Amino acid sequence: MSDSHGLAAERRAALAPSASPRRLAWRRFLRHPAALPSLALLLLLTLGALAAPLVEQMLGVDATRADLLGRYEVPSAGHPLGKDELGRDLLVRLLYGGRISLAVGLAAALAAMVIGSLLGLLAGYFGGRLDALLMRLADTVIALPLLPLLIVLAAVDLTKLGLPESAARSEMASFWQIVILISLFGWTTVARLVRGAVMSLKRREFVRAAEALGAGPWRIMLRHLLPNAVSPILVATTLSIGNVILLESVLSFLGLGIQPPLPSWGNMLSGAQETLWAAPRLAVLPGLLIFVTVIAFNFLGDSLQDALDPRASLTQR
Amino acid sequence: MSRFLLQRLLESLLVLALMSFLVYLLIGLMPGDPIDIMISGDPNMSAADAERLRAVYGLDQPLLARYWAWLTSVLSGDLGYSRLFNRPVETILLPRLGNTLLLMGAALLLALIVALPLGVAAARRPGSLMDVGVNLGAFAGASLPPFWLAILLILLFAVYLGWLPAGGMGDGSLAERLRHMILPVVALSVASVAGLLRHIRAALREALRQDYVRTARAKGLSDRQVVYRHALRNAMIPVVTILALDLGMLFSGALITETVFGWLGMGKTIYDAIMGNDYNLALIGLLLATGTVLLANLLADLVYAWLDPRIEYR
Repeated sequence: MSDSHGLAAERRAALAPSASPRRLAWRRFLRHPAALPSLALLLLLTLGALAAPLVEQMLGVDATRADLLGRYEVPSAGHPLGKDELGRDLLVRLLYGGRISLAVGLAAALAAMVIGSLLGLLAGYFGGRLDALLMRLADTVIALPLLPLLIVLAAVDLTKLGLPESAARSEMASFWQIVILISLFGWTTVARLVRGAVMSLKRREFVRAAEALGAGPWRIMLRHLLPNAVSPILVATTLSIGNVILLESVLSFLGLGIQPPLPSWGNMLSGAQETLWAAPRLAVLPGLLIFVTVIAFNFLGDSLQDALDPRASLTQR
Repeated sequence: MSRFLLQRLLESLLVLALMSFLVYLLIGLMPGDPIDIMISGDPNMSAADAERLRAVYGLDQPLLARYWAWLTSVLSGDLGYSRLFNRPVETILLPRLGNTLLLMGAALLLALIVALPLGVAAARRPGSLMDVGVNLGAFAGASLPPFWLAILLILLFAVYLGWLPAGGMGDGSLAERLRHMILPVVALSVASVAGLLRHIRAALREALRQDYVRTARAKGLSDRQVVYRHALRNAMIPVVTILALDLGMLFSGALITETVFGWLGMGKTIYDAIMGNDYNLALIGLLLATGTVLLANLLADLVYAWLDPRIEYR
């Protein structure tokens, strides 16, 4: 995988009777037909989002400036995708929106991964009452109607929670609010997977040996159990990024997620129903980007599962 | 069995009680203050009037006391008034719960009608073009932003083709109601189709590998009988539970669909109530939705036991 080994290593690996587990996993990953296209698409989208200010400069536009005379302007050389309902350049706003949507997806999925891993470790390792309580909690969180609850939570006035006015009204406040809210509900899958892995691992000899050598529960959990549960965590987290992006887009669409003028793909669609007659592309393009991003993350997660957990995918397929 | 039922019922009630407190707390944290809203409608009111009003409504009491007062009045049957509609909350919510159940039921039915034959066809020939197509379709359906799908449907069928209305519920006649239902039901069912396809496909494949299927084939049953009478019936057991457990998600989908299409259901009502500072309506609506979903989960457990007699409840 790393370039330092070069072609010679490649040849040696091809000739060698056994390849490293990592290389085998990489090969299994590549065997999934959607793996490389998804990866390439996501890289492209990330690059585009990162390059938003550059594109803005190159086109010589200002994505935040409204131009009421240029509303719904059709695509032209200066504005490749035309202008939106306030006369802002659509392409640049889509790129900036991608920054927010991708960042929310990654941040909330990672936060949920940390919470889920921790709770899964605790439930699996200690078992008993704690396990029963945590798993009951997970069941309940899964069963609840998620969206109405998220709407109530997202509607909470941050100043009433004691946050200073400046922080609650700042541009990034809605970003962090969404990340925290989604991760609070998104930990259940990872927690279950980690718990399952820990329960099957904790009676193995290597854990016994570590215990006999005097390792404490935290050392056993973090150094011995968690590394063995990395594969399912990675797969579940990749799959959850897509779901997080979907949830963020829904909340922003409903006016409760990312607050304008900060653009996200979801809130760019919140006015789409009114502009449907005037400029359908305003309703189509942000949604299309959400769709391809989410499907790419889902395919990536599926390919990772094939690569890292061959037994699970053998029984599923 | 009855002990299990009782325990689950108590647990559901406990969750509902906790939810009611949590949501009560959260509603108090939403922007706007009921007295401020009253005052804004009447410029003659002074700060002293506002204080008096606060005392009249008990808003100067601590949170727990307010919650207790609210809870006892709700339990005695007084659900309060809706600020947006100026009507008792239950007269708004009950018909809308009906509308939502109609929408969800129709969507679920459509999802089953679409997903069952496709999932079976995919599972019977793993790796075939059909299988690959179904898998791809399931991935796409699960990745579609539901509100965007609704907007695209409106764009195609209402704006371009002009075949169907872009929203609303019609004038009350059955034909009109059905015409207004088509797009919301399709929009809502797509996510369920995707989920069902994956589960049916996986469960049926698993079932077709079992020994009893080989026995059925060995004694000369037709392929059709093996698949539909033997394998599918067993494969559907987990699917039924998953269907019921996904009701919370279906309700979330209904909220989006109703909001986009202006369908007067529970989801839209809860959303409008939260956006319009209608606390009573939002609170009761949320609890009613949660209670319905929890009840459905309980029913799913019972159906599971009924379908699979091997399951024993402690």
